[in-house]
Amino acid sequence: MAEYKGVLICGEVTEGRLESFSLELLGIGRKLADDLGQELGAVLLGSGIGDAAKEAILFGADKVYVVDDPLLKDYQTDSYTAVMEKVCKQLLPDILLLGQGAIGRDLAPRLAFRLGTGVTMDCIELAIDPETKLMVQTKPVYGGNALAVLVCEQTKPQIATIRVKAMAPLERDDSRTGEIISIPAELDPAAMRTKVLDKVKEEVVGIKLEDARVVVCGGRGIGGPEGFSQLEEVAKLLGGAVGATRPPCDSGWVAAHLQVGLTGKIVTPDVYVGIGLSGSSQHIAGISGAKNIIAINKDPEANIFRVAHYGAVGDYKKVLPTFIQKCTELLSG
Amino acid sequence: MNIIVCVKQVLDPELPPSAFKIDPEAKKAIAPRDRAPVISPFDENAVEAALRIKDAHGGTITTLCLGRDLDMAVVKKPLSMGADELVLLQDDAFEGSDSFATAYALATAIKKIGEFDLIFCGRQSADWDAGQVGSGIAELLGIPSVTPAQKIEIKDGKVVVERVVADGYEIVEVSPPALITVSNELGEPRYPTMKGIMVAKKKTATVWTAQDLGLDRSMIGASAAKSKMLKLFIPVREARCEFVAGETAEEFGANLALKLREAKLL
Repeated sequence: MAEYKGVLICGEVTEGRLESFSLELLGIGRKLADDLGQELGAVLLGSGIGDAAKEAILFGADKVYVVDDPLLKDYQTDSYTAVMEKVCKQLLPDILLLGQGAIGRDLAPRLAFRLGTGVTMDCIELAIDPETKLMVQTKPVYGGNALAVLVCEQTKPQIATIRVKAMAPLERDDSRTGEIISIPAELDPAAMRTKVLDKVKEEVVGIKLEDARVVVCGGRGIGGPEGFSQLEEVAKLLGGAVGATRPPCDSGWVAAHLQVGLTGKIVTPDVYVGIGLSGSSQHIAGISGAKNIIAINKDPEANIFRVAHYGAVGDYKKVLPTFIQKCTELLSG
Repeated sequence: MNIIVCVKQVLDPELPPSAFKIDPEAKKAIAPRDRAPVISPFDENAVEAALRIKDAHGGTITTLCLGRDLDMAVVKKPLSMGADELVLLQDDAFEGSDSFATAYALATAIKKIGEFDLIFCGRQSADWDAGQVGSGIAELLGIPSVTPAQKIEIKDGKVVVERVVADGYEIVEVSPPALITVSNELGEPRYPTMKGIMVAKKKTATVWTAQDLGLDRSMIGASAAKSKMLKLFIPVREARCEFVAGETAEEFGANLALKLREAKLL
């Protein structure tokens, strides 16, 4: 077997800037590379990558491989898989990390199947086993009810995707130096079998959920779209954003992009308020990084109280008005 | 349009986390006796997506399900929703199969079924949450894939997919044959009708074993797994909830605000 060496992360660039979770990949990648005593590489695919390559170095990469091509402007499974297959065969990384985002969750499995190697999706912890030097991967399963710890022993590279916000980025270090290497894409446009016709951005009113310091989420117990206007009021008062569990999104009470959880948004606010929601594992997966969890639910047995720091047992329709009133008083006084 | 939908039988993910148990030795979840398994929820979305296309354009829907200890009442649900055929891949040799072995078996079965325009899968299963099998089937069959979708329409023989991304969606066009995974943003799957349930009862599933498919034994089952599981465990939750005092819901509300101020969160 050829010698596989080093850690490689696949970063994502939007409008010439590294996506914030690419910085998280660089952070954990740096740690794994240091533990192995090997190099950390970053591969950036796109069109007009510009200063993002330099940024990757300042956040931890030793080498940045840039594949800049107009055909890579939009993410497409065929083109990105072909380029990553080529890059992996050329660089032979021991470990390849991607983000569990719109690109990584599609690209990682397809690439792993093409390379004939294993991949662990949505990891929340990665470490190097001091004896075997293999990457030990921890991943939530059963909607977060359990954690599985896995290793890929037989094949290389060992591929993992990382849950957004599960790892901390390094501080930007302007004194860091590294090498930027260009790799041609050499894509055959005829081999790209999909076409991106349009991109539709959901309009965000107020603070973005991912950036909000306070997140107020509602669940099935809210009962309908009207109830969510009361949650809006709470969010506005606390300077936060409103999210929801899956049922309100699926029932059309709120926009689909407000879904918080395993397959929706991952939020890490200082204060999270869960109202009229049971606290399914799928939802908890999206809020486990919240510093303070507050729950309002009429069922004292609801799972949300098992993870909450502060709780109020009662019908939210009766609890919220006095809560809002008191908060207003305290905030103005 | 002829559509194949891959579905998986899983432990009911709505099971309260307090009732979720594992066998750490066997590294497996324990199926509760008093709770029937279900079709993985995203797979039901995939069935719904196929039914919407059938409603608009006709065609047949074949559901394909791999697993052991399959519950007929469960795996027949897509038939009662309106799917036409059911193929089960049942064999002890599949025990312990990972995403690779599963995709290999499903792709081989799809070749045996023969003609199809589209393959739908749920975006990820409710047990392993990996989301690899769909892409794997597409790779093994050498067809394009789009993941995950919130809407799938047929226009002039092409498939127009709304692909879910973090801040909205992309509109992606692809020609059949293609594989698409489906997300819950598609909307609630329909309920089976009484008539549908009667029709489903009368239908017999086609059952194939590993041998029927001519599968390479070295590529299925636990021994073929690409990754080895070292451990499966239930994480300990450290938070201890402090319930606010009060007699009425109104008092709870006011006291919760005071509590947050006290904790300097307000």
